[in-house]
Amino acid sequence: MELLMAVVIGVLTMCGVMMILRARTFAVMLGLTMLSYAVNLFIFTSGGLTAGQGAVLGQTAQYTDPLPQALVLTAIVIGFAMTAFLVVLAIRARAELGNDHVDGAELKPAQSLPKKRGR
Amino acid sequence: MQHAVILPILIPLIVGALLLLPPLQQSAQSRRWLSGVGIAVLLAVCGWNLSQSSDGVSQYYLLGNWPAPFGIVLLLDQISALFVALTAVLAAGAFIYSCAGEDERGAYFQSLLQFLLMGINGAFLTADLFNLFVFFEVLLISSYGLLLHGGGKLRTKAGLHYVLLNLLGSAIFLLALALLYGVTGSLNMQDIAVRITALSAQQLLLLKSAAALLLIVFGLKAAILPLHFWLPSAYAAASPAVAALFAVMTKIGVYCLLRVFHTLFAADASLLTDFIQPLLWWTGLLTLALAAIGVVAAQSLKRLVAYLVLLSVGTMVTVLSIGTVAAVAAVLYYSIHSTLIAAALFLLVDYLAQQRGTVADRLVSARPLANPVLIGSLFFLCAITVIGMPPLSGFVGKIWLLQAATESPQRIGLWFTLLGSSLLVLIALSRAGSTVFWRVSQQPALPAQASGRQLAAIVLLMLSSLLLVLLAAPVMQFCLDAALQLQANDVSGGQA
Repeated sequence: MELLMAVVIGVLTMCGVMMILRARTFAVMLGLTMLSYAVNLFIFTSGGLTAGQGAVLGQTAQYTDPLPQALVLTAIVIGFAMTAFLVVLAIRARAELGNDHVDGAELKPAQSLPKKRGR
Repeated sequence: MQHAVILPILIPLIVGALLLLPPLQQSAQSRRWLSGVGIAVLLAVCGWNLSQSSDGVSQYYLLGNWPAPFGIVLLLDQISALFVALTAVLAAGAFIYSCAGEDERGAYFQSLLQFLLMGINGAFLTADLFNLFVFFEVLLISSYGLLLHGGGKLRTKAGLHYVLLNLLGSAIFLLALALLYGVTGSLNMQDIAVRITALSAQQLLLLKSAAALLLIVFGLKAAILPLHFWLPSAYAAASPAVAALFAVMTKIGVYCLLRVFHTLFAADASLLTDFIQPLLWWTGLLTLALAAIGVVAAQSLKRLVAYLVLLSVGTMVTVLSIGTVAAVAAVLYYSIHSTLIAAALFLLVDYLAQQRGTVADRLVSARPLANPVLIGSLFFLCAITVIGMPPLSGFVGKIWLLQAATESPQRIGLWFTLLGSSLLVLIALSRAGSTVFWRVSQQPALPAQASGRQLAAIVLLMLSSLLLVLLAAPVMQFCLDAALQLQANDVSGGQA
C-alpha cells in the first residue's frame, strides 16, 4: 500500500508541476489542482497507513491517527475555495487582458508587441 | 482579561462579518463608522496587550481549554504583541486614507480590510503550525480581494501572478507541515522543538527537508531573492491604502522566519546555525543589493517605493541571520520603522500623483503640483527617514543594525552592502524628488483636490515614525526585552 501511495503522489506531483510550468491559466489551474490532490494524499499518509482501523478510540483494537484526517479536511476546504477564486480571476483576466496567457501577453505573428514579453 | 489575547482576532472577525449585513450595504458612511470603531477598539486592545506583555511573561491562550500539545495554542509574548500593535496602527492609517473615497471604488473594501487584519493578527499570535497555515490562508484570500480592489488591467495581471504564486506556496506549506507531523507527531511549535531532540539521523534528514520547504514558503511571503518577483508589480499595481497595508505582509514572512525557526530549533540550534542562517545571509544580502538597484532603476514612484519595501526585507533577513540578541532586537526596531514609513510613502506617492494629471506617479517632468511646499516637505521628511539620515527613526534603526553586527565576522559584507544601498537610495530619491518638484513644465497646476483625510493618514503614519525617535529609549528597551524573551523561550522550549 505504501508503494502504491508513493507512486500515486509522485505521479500527481509530476503532472501538477508540468502543468504549472505551462503558460495558459487553465493549464496552470489544472496543475495546481493536481498538486493539491498530491499534497492532500501526502498529508493523509503522514500519520502512517493502517488498514481497517477506526479513527475513534475504543472502536477497534488498534486505531488510526485521526489528526491527519482532520488536517486534510481543512486543506481540502481551503484548497477548494482558493481554486474557485482562481477560476473566477482567470476568467476575468481572460476578459480584461484579451487572452489566457499567464503574463497577459501573447506574440501573434501579425502583431509585434515591443514592450511586452512573449512566452 | 485573560481573553484579551484572542481579541485581536475576534474583533476584526466580528466587525468584518457585521459589515456584510444588508442594512450596512446601503450606506458607505455607516460602514466606515463601524469599521473605524472596530479599528479603534483593536488599537485599544493592542495597547492593553502590549502593556500586559511588557513584564516579560509569555501568555498562553488555550483555545477551547484543550491541554497544550493537543489543542491549538495562541501565544502572546513581546514580539507578537509588538507586531499586532504595529498592524493596528498601520490599519488605522490605511483606513483613514481609504475613507477619502477609495473604499467605494469596489465592493466590500472595509470587510476585506477587517478580515485581512484577522488573518494577520492570527498569524502573529498562533503557536501552532497548522493554525499558522489557516491564518495565512485567511489573510491571503482577503489580500487577493484587496489587491484587485478597484479593478483594472494592471491589477488583474499582478493579481493573477500573486494568487498563483501564493497557491503554490500554500501547497508547499502543507507538504512541509505533513513532513513535520509525520516525523515528530506534533504541530505545536514548542512541542516539536522538544521532540526533535529524540529523532534518528534518517528522520533528521526528513526534518531538514521540511525546514527547507518552510524556508521557501516564508521566503515567498517575505519576498527574499529568488522568490521576490511578484512584489514590485503587485505593490505598484495595488490601490494606495492596500499597498500601505501590504507593507506589513512581508514582515509576516520575516516574523515567521524568526518565530518558527527559533522555536523549532530551540533545543538543537546546530540545525539553525549550520543550515538556515547561511542561506538567509546570502539571499538576504543579494535581495538587499538587488532592491537597491531596483530603486535606482524604477521608472515610477510607486515601483520605487515597492523596491524600498524589498530593500527593508533584504536588510532584515540579512541581519536576522546573524542571530544574536542584539541583531534580533535591531531588526524588530527596524521593522516597525520600515513598515510605517513605507506605508506613509505609498500614501504620499498616491496623494501627489493625483495632482499630476495623466502623468500620475511616473518619473518624468510634468505640470507643477498645487501645493508643492506641503507635499515637498512631507516627501523630504519621508525620504530622509527611509534613507536613514538623522534625525528621524531611520537613522536610529540603521545605526542599531550596523552596531548589532560589530561582533559578527560577517560585518564587513553587511556594512558595505547596507551603506552602499543607502547611498543608492539617497541618489534615487533625490533624483525622484527633483524631477517631481523642480523640473516642472509651464502648464498651470491642476486645482488641488486635497482631502483632509488623506493628509491626516499620511501625517499619522509619519508622526508614529517621529514617536519612534522621541520614545527611542523605551522602544529600544522593549525590542531588546522581546529578543531576550525569544531567546529565553528557546532555552525553555516546550515547557508550556
